[in-house]
Amino acid sequence: MTLTTRATLLIATAALLAACSSPVKLDEVPVESRNPTAAEGAASGTAGAGTSAATSGTSQSQVATVNTGAAAPAAALSQRTVYFDFDSFELRDDSRPVIDSHAKALTANRSGRMVAEGHTDNRGGREYNLALGQKRAEAVVRSLTLLGANANQLEAVSFGKERPAAEGSDEAAHAKNRRVELKDKP
Amino acid sequence: MRTRRQFVAGLGSALALPVAAQFRVEISGVGATQLPIAVAAFKGEAGMTAQVSAIVRADLERSGLFRSVDAPAGLDERSALPPEVRGRGADALLAGSVMRLADGTFDVRYKLWDVVRGSEHFTRATTVAAPDLRLAAHRIADEIHEKLTGERGVFATRIAYVTKAGRNYTLRITDADGEGGQVALASAEPIISPAWSPSGKDLAYVSFESQKAVVWVQNVSTGARAAVANYPGSNSAPAWSPDGRDLAVTLSRGGPAQLHLVSREGGTPRRLTSSASIDTEPVFAPDGRTVYFVSDRGGGPQVYRVPTAGGNPERVTFTGAYNISPSISPDGKSLAYIARQGGAFRVTALDLASGTIQTLSDTNDDESPSFAPNGRLLVYASREQGRDVLMTSTLDGKIRTRLLSSGLDMREPAWGPFGR
Repeated sequence: MTLTTRATLLIATAALLAACSSPVKLDEVPVESRNPTAAEGAASGTAGAGTSAATSGTSQSQVATVNTGAAAPAAALSQRTVYFDFDSFELRDDSRPVIDSHAKALTANRSGRMVAEGHTDNRGGREYNLALGQKRAEAVVRSLTLLGANANQLEAVSFGKERPAAEGSDEAAHAKNRRVELKDKP
Repeated sequence: MRTRRQFVAGLGSALALPVAAQFRVEISGVGATQLPIAVAAFKGEAGMTAQVSAIVRADLERSGLFRSVDAPAGLDERSALPPEVRGRGADALLAGSVMRLADGTFDVRYKLWDVVRGSEHFTRATTVAAPDLRLAAHRIADEIHEKLTGERGVFATRIAYVTKAGRNYTLRITDADGEGGQVALASAEPIISPAWSPSGKDLAYVSFESQKAVVWVQNVSTGARAAVANYPGSNSAPAWSPDGRDLAVTLSRGGPAQLHLVSREGGTPRRLTSSASIDTEPVFAPDGRTVYFVSDRGGGPQVYRVPTAGGNPERVTFTGAYNISPSISPDGKSLAYIARQGGAFRVTALDLASGTIQTLSDTNDDESPSFAPNGRLLVYASREQGRDVLMTSTLDGKIRTRLLSSGLDMREPAWGPFGR
């Protein structure tokens, strides 16, 4: 097992543990630190070696590389998607069956946890779209809690326009991208 | 009439450089008055990894303020001013030398002449570590820029940006000329909103590596990093306070996106805005007492400002229905942002005192404007021929350059401060 793989697993485990604990208290800031991998650290050491600069002692041009590792494995046991109209956070009637079935499942199994992941189409700014996607995700979470799920079973997050379901800039693509994906948290 | 020139910054042919982030620079709409300058080849630079004179020459040309004139061969900082330089129409002449010292450092000496008066502007010397030879050249270009235009140059500054190739995202740092690119973060998940600390030593950014938006702060030279905002919901849009001690961030925490202030060391966030709407994209005014941000409290997104100490936000942009991504000039007088005009998103500049608005671009998908630390230039993301590209523009919109890379989608630029 490579160092990177092991690091990824550790992180995944940590994330899993965090996910299973009660919601993070707002006055306890979770701070993690990670350093560049050994190989990269060594490489930058080599580049800096033998350069006792008269100016400041070290190079001011050096940038260290951090690698966050491979993509996380798809953790979702089931995945359902609800779609939204342009510039809207209102749940459409066609999303009711999906919301209802997940609300029932969460009510029946109080240890079940889900993430509502909001997305937007690709028009406009990244940060504003992140906030728009968050609003959609919150709307889904609110709806699920009104139907009996507990707030601590759910987290609303957003990818804004960063992870489109469909490429392209036509209305068909836009409609597929304005969505909230419901994912099980293991 | 629009002039169009192309050249390879740094004259790459003779150079062995990290190829990752080299980009060519295209200049369009060059201003009419350009100062003619002759930059002679530096004695001893032939065969070195970075050719100081070529870098200085390219920097000055790219600014749009200088025009390069051929220089005589065989000059260095100890030479007498050759009479033929004046005949070639140069107002200024730079000559110098580079010497590798026994400890591996480089001794760089140079002299700038006022050719018209036949006098010396300055003679200077510096010693730098081998990886900083390119930096030394940019600093010389900055000194010339300041001496001859009265404004501080930004050639020695750096730009951070994000590239996307398939599902590989990288946060990169490059010299302001697009050369010497290095990777600060590589991830299989999106990275957005890089922001330089005022010291130029740290980058804050939003990474989705944990399947949600989390704000990190990373030391650029060591790679050490920590999550400074990782609360339930989305954590995004980091902006540094001018003293570098705090960050303004957008946290959702189970509700709509709202502005918070958090220490760069972590700790309890202090909520800065309280609305039922989206409040995001904070940016500190240079005096640190005001935070500009985007809110849709009035319907569509507009730029507002709120005292950092707390208080009532007031609206700043009134023209158009969609104004986002504010960047404030270093003197606090101008606000650049993205305005939607019909179906187009364009970089726009607002003079805060007069309320005058100017559209700076003619492209349709502009994003994320960021001021250079001298306030003369902006870098922003745009889209051309199906690719995400980075552009620079002067604040008056007269000189625009396109920074080209080798086939990578480039976005989310952030122009770094003078220091590093």
